[in-house]
Amino acid sequence: MSITITIDNKEIKTDIGATLIDVAADNGIFIPRLCYMRGKPCLGTCRVCSVKVNGWMAASCTIPVQDGMIVEVDTSEVKDIQKALVETLFSEGTHNCPSCEKSGRCDLQAMGYETDMMVSRFPYRFTERNKENAANLIWLERDRCIFCQRCVNFIQDEETGQKIFSISGRGPSSRIEIDKELADKMNKKQARAASDICPVGCIIDKERGYDHAMGVRKYDITSIRERILKGEQ
Amino acid sequence: MSSIEKKEIASHELPKTEIDAETMAKRDEKIQVAMIALCGCWGCTLSFLDMDERMIDLLQKVNITRSSLTDIKRIPTRCAIGFVEGGIANEENIETLIHFRENCDILISVGACAVWGGVPSMRNLVSLEDCFTEAYLESPTMLPDQKKVIPFHEDLPPITNKVYPCHEVVKMDYFLPGCPPEGEAIFKVLDDLANGREVDLPRAINRFD
Repeated sequence: MSITITIDNKEIKTDIGATLIDVAADNGIFIPRLCYMRGKPCLGTCRVCSVKVNGWMAASCTIPVQDGMIVEVDTSEVKDIQKALVETLFSEGTHNCPSCEKSGRCDLQAMGYETDMMVSRFPYRFTERNKENAANLIWLERDRCIFCQRCVNFIQDEETGQKIFSISGRGPSSRIEIDKELADKMNKKQARAASDICPVGCIIDKERGYDHAMGVRKYDITSIRERILKGEQ
Repeated sequence: MSSIEKKEIASHELPKTEIDAETMAKRDEKIQVAMIALCGCWGCTLSFLDMDERMIDLLQKVNITRSSLTDIKRIPTRCAIGFVEGGIANEENIETLIHFRENCDILISVGACAVWGGVPSMRNLVSLEDCFTEAYLESPTMLPDQKKVIPFHEDLPPITNKVYPCHEVVKMDYFLPGCPPEGEAIFKVLDDLANGREVDLPRAINRFD
C-alpha cells in the first residue's frame, strides 16, 4: 500500500512497512549507521542511525514507515546526537587510526568523518581487552570491538550453520569471542568476508595488512555516504 | 644521582641582540602565533611546513614566536593563537601547556597525540612500573654489562602515570585530528583564524590517520 511520509519537510511516497533508513537512502537522504546492512535483518545495536520520528528519537533501522510519519534528519539536534553516539564508540574502545590496518576501509572512521567529529566529548577510556590470535586466519583486536553484532549474526559455519563469533560477559567486561574450531574450517575467502563485515578493525584477516596505500583505499575512492546513497551497503 | 647546586641560566634569559625598531614594529602589527610540541614526534610541525609557498602570504599576516622552527624557547608576548602538538606525558608538559593557556587567546589541539593521546598513549594499557621495567631494566636491547637504572635527576620531569589529551588539562578551543593533519588542513585553520573567519574544516581534509 502506498503511503506518504515527511522527511525534513519533504513529502515522500513509499510503501507501508518499508524500513525508514532505506526509504531515506532511496530518496537521497543520508543517515549514518554502523550495524545496519541493507537487505539483512535489523540489529539495532549501535543506535548511530537515530533520528526524530514524530517528535521522539528512534533508531531509523528499527522503524517500519507508517502513513503521515514526520521525520527530522537534517537538524542540528539530530546531527549532534548522532555525532555523540559515534564519539562514545571512539571513547569506549581504543581506536588508534594511525596504527590500524583497517584505516581507510573502516566504517566507524568513515562515520566519524561524516558526522564531522574532531574529538570525543567523552573521556577516552583506553579499555584493555586481550587480543586473540588462536585462529589460523583471523586475528581479533578486541579493544576495537563496538559490539554491533554483525559478525555474531551474519557469519556462520557453512556446514552446520553454527555461529562462529559470540559475545561473552556483560557491561564493561563484555568482549568478542571466536570459536577456534569453526573458524579454522573457514577458507581465506570466508575469513576475508568476516573481516569485511566488521565495521571497525576488530576482525582482521591475517596476511592482509596494509594492502592499499593512502588515497586508494575503499573510502578514499568512494565515500561511505555515496556508497549508502547508491544502495551499495 | 645526587642533587647539584644550580648555576644555570634558562635559554630565554640569555643575552640577545635587539632587533631593529622597524622590523620590530612590523612584527608587532601581525597576529602573534606560538607553537609547541609536547609528547609527540614533531610530525605535525613538519606537516605545518607542507603548506609550502602559501606560508609566504600567511607570514605577511602572522608572526611565529615560540616554535621549533624559530628556536624561541618561551612565549615572549601575548599570542592570539597557540598551536599545541603532542599529548601530556610528564609534568613539564603540564607546566608548558598551562603557560600557553595563560598567554594565548586561542589554543588548538593539533594531531592525534594532542587530541586523544595518540601513539604515546599506547602505554596507558600498562602500568608505569611495567613501562619503565621494559624500557630500562629488562630491555631486550641492553648491553650485557649495562647498569640497570631508571633515569632520575631533578632536571628530568616526572612522568605522569598515563598520557592525557591536552583538553583534559586545560580548555582547548579547536581540534585538528590526524597523524599528522595534512598541511592543507593546518593552513585552512590558520588562514580562517588570521582572517577573522569562523574555523570551518572541510570534511574532505579531515583525517584521523
